Amino acid sequence: MAEPALRTENLGKRYVLGAERHDTLRDAVGAGLRGGRSAAGTTELWALRDVSFDVAPGDCLGILGRNGAGKSTLLKLLSRITEPTTGRIELNGRVASLLEVGTGFHPELTGRENIFLNGAILGMRRDEIRRRFDAIVAFAEIERFLDTPVKRYSSGMYMRLAFAIAAHLEPEILVVDEVLAVGDALFQRKCLGKMGEVSREGRTVLFVSHNLTALTALCRTGIVLEGGRVAARGAIGECVRAYLAGLLAAREGERVLGEAEFGFRRVRVVGANGEAETGALDAAGAFRLELDCRLPSSPDVNVGFTLYNDSEVAALSGSARDDIEVLPAGDVRFQVELPLARLPSGRYRVEGAVWDRGTRHDQSDALVAFDVVNSRSVLDVSGVKPRGATLLDRPWTLCRES
Amino acid sequence: MTIEAGRGESRYWRDVWEYRELLYFLAWRDILVRYKQTVAGVAWAVLRPALTLAVFSVVFGRIARLPDGGVPYPLLVFAGLLPWQFVASSVADTAGSLVSNAGLLTKVYFPRLLAPVSAVAVSLLDGLVSLVLLAGLMAYYGRWPGAEAASLPLVALLAFALAIGAGVWLAALNVRYRDVRLLVPFLVQVGLYVSPVGFSSAVVPERFRLLYFLNPLVGIIDGFRYALLGAPAPDPRALGLSAFIALVLLTSGVAYFRHTERTFADVI
Repeated sequence: MAEPALRTENLGKRYVLGAERHDTLRDAVGAGLRGGRSAAGTTELWALRDVSFDVAPGDCLGILGRNGAGKSTLLKLLSRITEPTTGRIELNGRVASLLEVGTGFHPELTGRENIFLNGAILGMRRDEIRRRFDAIVAFAEIERFLDTPVKRYSSGMYMRLAFAIAAHLEPEILVVDEVLAVGDALFQRKCLGKMGEVSREGRTVLFVSHNLTALTALCRTGIVLEGGRVAARGAIGECVRAYLAGLLAAREGERVLGEAEFGFRRVRVVGANGEAETGALDAAGAFRLELDCRLPSSPDVNVGFTLYNDSEVAALSGSARDDIEVLPAGDVRFQVELPLARLPSGRYRVEGAVWDRGTRHDQSDALVAFDVVNSRSVLDVSGVKPRGATLLDRPWTLCRES
Repeated sequence: MTIEAGRGESRYWRDVWEYRELLYFLAWRDILVRYKQTVAGVAWAVLRPALTLAVFSVVFGRIARLPDGGVPYPLLVFAGLLPWQFVASSVADTAGSLVSNAGLLTKVYFPRLLAPVSAVAVSLLDGLVSLVLLAGLMAYYGRWPGAEAASLPLVALLAFALAIGAGVWLAALNVRYRDVRLLVPFLVQVGLYVSPVGFSSAVVPERFRLLYFLNPLVGIIDGFRYALLGAPAPDPRALGLSAFIALVLLTSGVAYFRHTERTFADVI
C-alpha cells in the first residue's frame, strides 16, 4: 500500500482556560513569588482528543463537525500554526493551508502588491509568483484594478483575488477551510471547479465546509468530529448522514440555537394552531416554518433557507427579502408557509443562513428536520419515488378524449 | 516531515532560511504601507530624521549650551541620534511586531522569528537613509572620516545585535503580557535622557561612569562618534558592557522566543 500523504496518531490539543494564564506581568511575578502557579479557577479543555486518521495521496478528505467540534483546531495543527499537546502528525510533502481567504492582505496595498505579499505569505517564491502572475490576475478577473489599493475593491473582487492566489499554489497537500462561505454563486462554482482540478492532479486536499453539496461533490472520504473526537469516518456519503443525524439528534422538530451574535435563535415547524409540530406533516394540512432571529441593523441583511431531501438534493429555497423589502433590526419572528403539496414524501432538513453583504452572520446545516407524508401523489403512494425533487402543484387537464 | 507533541522541530533554522523571501516581503510591506496616502511620500524618510535633528540642535546646542568638544554641534548630535534612533525604533517596532501580525500568526505558518527581524530591517533602512544625510552634513562642515571609520561595521553590528536581542525579548513577552506595549514608550523616553545623544560622555562625572556605562547605548553611540567624527575613543568598559549586554540579550531572547513561539497562536 502506498504511503499516506498525511497521517495523524492520537492527536490531541489541550487549552488551559482561567487563572493559569497570567495576562499581566504582575500576575506572573506574583505567582512566581508564591512558589508556583495558582491552580484556582483553572479549567482544561481538550479541543481535540485521540484523533487518528490517514489520507492517501491524491485523496480529497472532507472534515465535518458542528461549531466547536474541533475542526479549526485540527486544521491549525495540520498547518503548523500551533503545536499538538499529544500525538504526532506525519506529512509527506509541502503543505499549504488556506484557513482564511486573503490572509495577510493589506488594505492599503494595490492588487499587484498584494499578490506578491500574499503569495510569499502562503509560501510561494518570488519567481513562482512572477510565473503565475498572469494566470492569477486572469482567474480573479481584476486586470483593470491591478494598481488600485484593495481597500477600494468590492468584497467580490477581494474574494476572487484572494482565492486566485491560493488556487495557484502548488503544494502536495492543500488544507482549505470554509473559503466558499462567501462570494457569489458563479464564483463559488469556479472555486469548486478549481479545487476539483487540484485534487484530480493528484494532490491531496483536506476540506472543511458547511456546504454539504460541495463536500459530497468534491470529496471521496470524510471524517466527522464531535466534541474533539472522531465520531465517524469513511465514505463521504456516510459521513454526511452521520453528521446530520448527530445535528438533529438533540431534539426533533424544534431546535434552540443562538451561538452567533446575530442569527437564528429558535426554529420550529408549527401547525395551524400555532403549536410546535413534531410528528410527520400531512401534505394536505397547513404548516408553517417559524424562524426566530436576531438581526443587525443593516439595509442588506437577509434570512433564507433551503430544504434538502434525504438524497441531499436541494428541493426549494426562499429568502425573507423576496417579500419584505427591509428587515427590522433586533429580535424578529418570521413565519412562512411550507408548500407541502409540492414535496414528495420523505424526510427534509432545513438549511438556513443569516447574511449581509459579504458577511455571513449565522449558518446552520440543519435548523430543523421534518417528515412529510404526501398522499396526493399517486406515484408516491404506490411506493415509486417521483424523480423530481418537487411535485407539480397545478392540475392536469384532460383536453381530448377519443 | 513529522510534527510531534512537545518537541521543537530540528529543521527550524532551515525553515528560517527557506522563508527568507518572506522576511523581505514583510519588510517591503511595512515600508510601502508607511508612505501610502501621504502627500510627501518617500520624502518622509528624509524629512523625519532631518526635523528631529533640527529640534535637537536647537534644544541642546542653543538653549542648553552643552559642550561639543571641538566637533560642530549638529554633527555631534546627528552621530548620536542615528544609532539611538535605530535602536529605539527597532525596539518599539519589534515589540509590537507579533501582535500587529496576529492575523498572520493565527492563520498561517512561518518561522515566527521573521516578524521581529523584519521590523528591525525596516529600521535599518531608515538608518541607512539617515547615514546618507549624515554624510551630506559632514561634507557641508568639511569633515571627512579618518582611519577610525574602519570600526564602523563593528559598531553597527553591535547596535544590530542589541536591537534584535531586546526586540525579540519584548516581542515574545508582548504576546502574553500586553504590559510591554505600555512599557516600551516609557523605556524609549527615559533612554533618550540617559544616552549621550544631546551631550558627550565627557560631561559625565567619573564616579557615575560605571553606572552610566550600564546603558548599552553609551558604548554604541560613543563608538559611532569615534568611527565617523574622530571623537575620543569610547571607554573600553562602555564598549565591553555594551557587547556583553547585547550578546546576553540576543542569546537569551532567541532562546525564550523559540521556547514560547509554539504557542503564540493560542495566546495572542
